[in-house]
Amino acid sequence: MEPGSLADPLLEVEDLFVEFRTQDGVARVLNGVTYHVRAGETLAVLGESGSGKSVTAQAIMGILDTPPAVITGGEIRYHGENLLAVSDERRNDVRAEGIAIIFQDALSALNPVYTVGFQIEEQLRVRLGMSRRDARARAVELLDLVRIPNAARRVRQYPHEFSGGMRQRAMIAMSLALDPEVLIADEPTTALDVTVQAQIMDLLKEIQVERRMGLILITHDLGVVAEVADRISVMYAGRIVEHADAVSLYRNPGHPYTAALMDSLPRLDQKGSTLNTIKGLPPSLLHIPPGCPFHPRCPMATDRCSTDVPRDHGLGFGRTSKCHYAEELVSRV
Amino acid sequence: MGRYVLRRLLQLVPVFIGTTFLIFVLVWAVPGDPFTGLCGDRPCPPQFVAAMTEKYNLNDNVIVQYLKYMGALLTGDFGQTYSEQPVGELIALAAPVSLRLAVVAVAIEAIIGVTAGILTGLRGRGFLDNLVLVSTLFLIALPTFVTGFVIQIVLGFQWEILTPTVSSEARWSELIIPGFVLGSLSMAYVSRLTRTSIAENKRADYMRTALAKGQPKHRIVGVHLLRNSAIPVITFLGTDIGNLMGGAIVTEGIFGIHGVGKLVYDGIIDKQGTIVVGVVVLLVIVFLVVNLLIDLMYAVLDPRIRYD
Amino acid sequence: MTDPNTAAAGTVTTEGATYVTAAEHQQVAPGKPRSLWSDAWRDLRRRPLFIIASAVIILLVIIAIFPSWFTSVDPKHKDLDFSRVPPSGDAWFGYDLQGRDVYARVVYGTRWTLLVGVAASVLTVLIGAFFGILAGYFGGWVDGLISRIGEIFFGLPFVLGAIVILSQVRNAQVGGAFPIVSAVVSSIAVLSWPVAMRIMRSAAVAAKQQDYVKAARALGARPARIIFRHLLPNCLAPVLVYGTIALGAFIGVEATMSFLGIGLHDPAVSWGVMISDARNYVRVAPHMLLFPAGFLTLTVLVFVMLGDAVREALDPKLR
Repeated sequence: MEPGSLADPLLEVEDLFVEFRTQDGVARVLNGVTYHVRAGETLAVLGESGSGKSVTAQAIMGILDTPPAVITGGEIRYHGENLLAVSDERRNDVRAEGIAIIFQDALSALNPVYTVGFQIEEQLRVRLGMSRRDARARAVELLDLVRIPNAARRVRQYPHEFSGGMRQRAMIAMSLALDPEVLIADEPTTALDVTVQAQIMDLLKEIQVERRMGLILITHDLGVVAEVADRISVMYAGRIVEHADAVSLYRNPGHPYTAALMDSLPRLDQKGSTLNTIKGLPPSLLHIPPGCPFHPRCPMATDRCSTDVPRDHGLGFGRTSKCHYAEELVSRV
Repeated sequence: MGRYVLRRLLQLVPVFIGTTFLIFVLVWAVPGDPFTGLCGDRPCPPQFVAAMTEKYNLNDNVIVQYLKYMGALLTGDFGQTYSEQPVGELIALAAPVSLRLAVVAVAIEAIIGVTAGILTGLRGRGFLDNLVLVSTLFLIALPTFVTGFVIQIVLGFQWEILTPTVSSEARWSELIIPGFVLGSLSMAYVSRLTRTSIAENKRADYMRTALAKGQPKHRIVGVHLLRNSAIPVITFLGTDIGNLMGGAIVTEGIFGIHGVGKLVYDGIIDKQGTIVVGVVVLLVIVFLVVNLLIDLMYAVLDPRIRYD
Repeated sequence: MTDPNTAAAGTVTTEGATYVTAAEHQQVAPGKPRSLWSDAWRDLRRRPLFIIASAVIILLVIIAIFPSWFTSVDPKHKDLDFSRVPPSGDAWFGYDLQGRDVYARVVYGTRWTLLVGVAASVLTVLIGAFFGILAGYFGGWVDGLISRIGEIFFGLPFVLGAIVILSQVRNAQVGGAFPIVSAVVSSIAVLSWPVAMRIMRSAAVAAKQQDYVKAARALGARPARIIFRHLLPNCLAPVLVYGTIALGAFIGVEATMSFLGIGLHDPAVSWGVMISDARNYVRVAPHMLLFPAGFLTLTVLVFVMLGDAVREALDPKLR
């Protein structure tokens, strides 16, 4: 796997803080999220439901529901430009042209009353000023690109007439219409069955390589990540607890949470013994535990963990981990 | 699609028969003297009674009566009143008036109701929202005759802005105020329905996608949101035309409109059974046909619905 | 007057499925498990609309049950010397055509007005819910039959049907309050039950497909048990909302029918009857009509507000 060039990152999230102000209190959904992606590389953002991965993606796109969500700190830089500080017009220009996103459930993400062709073409016509005919031709090309058979006929069909996998492909085609440099895929395969998952992931990878895009893959599925990711950022309770390249992460996790995730994967050579789980539940974001947010569930926790918030510990080669005992964990083989 | 229409038409037949039979029974088959009060205070002369009984088949049992009536109906004969006026003609005079009134009412309720609904649905909680909610609540709560009365008295008699009653030609312009009164309840409902529909669809996933695609705001609302939100509203407006034709008795009474409602009301008071049944038959047909048309239109509006 | 049931039925959300499952989720902070009903109750308690509406309704009910607490005047006492006298310190609402105290009549009329509204909506809901749940659960020919019958009644315009039925009843010249009220209540219920039936039916159809119902059937539970234990609690919400709003609508309907001369009449004197009696004198003695009309509007308003608040509290999508 190509690690990507060592050029400047295309997209950088730095120290992002987001709160959700609800009737029941303030939920601290993102607590200093930092990650980046370069051209030609795939970053996987790994985490459970509620860890904040989708919220980060939506914050990048600028589509958070602004009450109740409030961005309270940090920067989101695209080619060095802080998107949180630019005009609405500029922000909108970046959408789909610079950074595009595809969602988990293509059936609800696509408008049910318009044809797939219409929804792709409107990008071309409205934002690029293409004529109807040109837009139609390009839409068919895009559907071809994502390997939808019979594209010319399909372009006139409605989303509900597609199968799950094909719908996802259509959504991918739509996201590529304006040739974006960064593609965020928010749980793109979670709603699909396993064989289709593999096809979609292959497609994404292929497209990424061909166009030298930066791909941010948001998922909770360790299996999917292993095939595709160059680097991985693990999220928990609204912060990144570990950054590492894919190989090192799997071989030698540097954070107890990552280690526990790896452990909980069912393995063929474990037949006959009980499955490992992580005890407890993720914390409510209204009441994040003091100190390290993972400490109530951590097998390695000590008294210090319930009082001191861990900072990033550098583990060499760009790896970091937010654990007081990161170095010890890594040196255990 | 053709087979679906055929199937629906066939399904309509038993319903049509059921409703018309029901009203027929209610009008003709209730115990008591059907000629009470027909001839003033005195009982009717026996030859009259005999002639009427013969003419209206009153000696046959109900089912036979009904069948004879339906048979005549199929040839376009709605029968005659006791004073030998052809009911069909009376209905033909009154029906267009009621139709115009219903159309005006639906137009008013659509324009005001949908606009109010869109504005409040998009904006969410706020002054306008509360204003619309409260005023629609009032409109729902006020019985039509109260609204009609108040408007007629205030605008017609007190301030004398408008003619309080409608002339017998019932021009479109005269029907605006009665149309407003007739449609006031539905208008309240349309605005709430639109508001809810928009508020719900506003948070749909495809709206988020449109936003993420960088589409301009006016397109996101005008193209993506509206089309989806319109579906229940248009459906309701369509059926309302049918409903309002049959439900305008009070409005027609207050404003003196010579429509179907007034015709049937007078028919009931004067005990002209043929008028009552005739009007009901017409209204049932209208109701069933309109419902069928709305169903078909639904498939046009929402591509997920396809009839085979 | 348009069909009260279209508006009442329509203010309930069109998808019965949203009310079907009682969602339960744990609170991490100290608290009990929350169900749809307790959530709704918590929400309702905080809404000013609900509090005001409930307060007024309770007051009205008290007036209906104990009218003598609110006036010591006999509503039937006539004194033609006082005919059409406007309001004053002695008689807050003035006197009507026959010299009866309007305030007293309004107070005593509360009972009849509320009685008709409550009885009509209870009866409608009972009939409609019964058939609706049967149609929804059993499907097949049962559903087909019940739905067809419902459509037959649907096709009859409400006011028309009411007028026909009640004018026949009136011809039969029955006297006494009870038969008159029963006639009005029954005619409303007969014409309105299909709406309640449809609401219940769609809720039942959606509930039937839930896994817990399938589980119950697999365990061999008898239909009666499934219906009462599993389906009913989850289908109640939309019907309840309809019933509350319909209550308001039916009160208005009764007034309209009395206005048309076919509703209640002496001795069951409701506000609608008072309005009907007063309508020819509206320009010379407006107080005779205004006060009962005002009370009528207020009462209908309050029930519709209540129904509105309940619906918003029960709709999980509006959170």
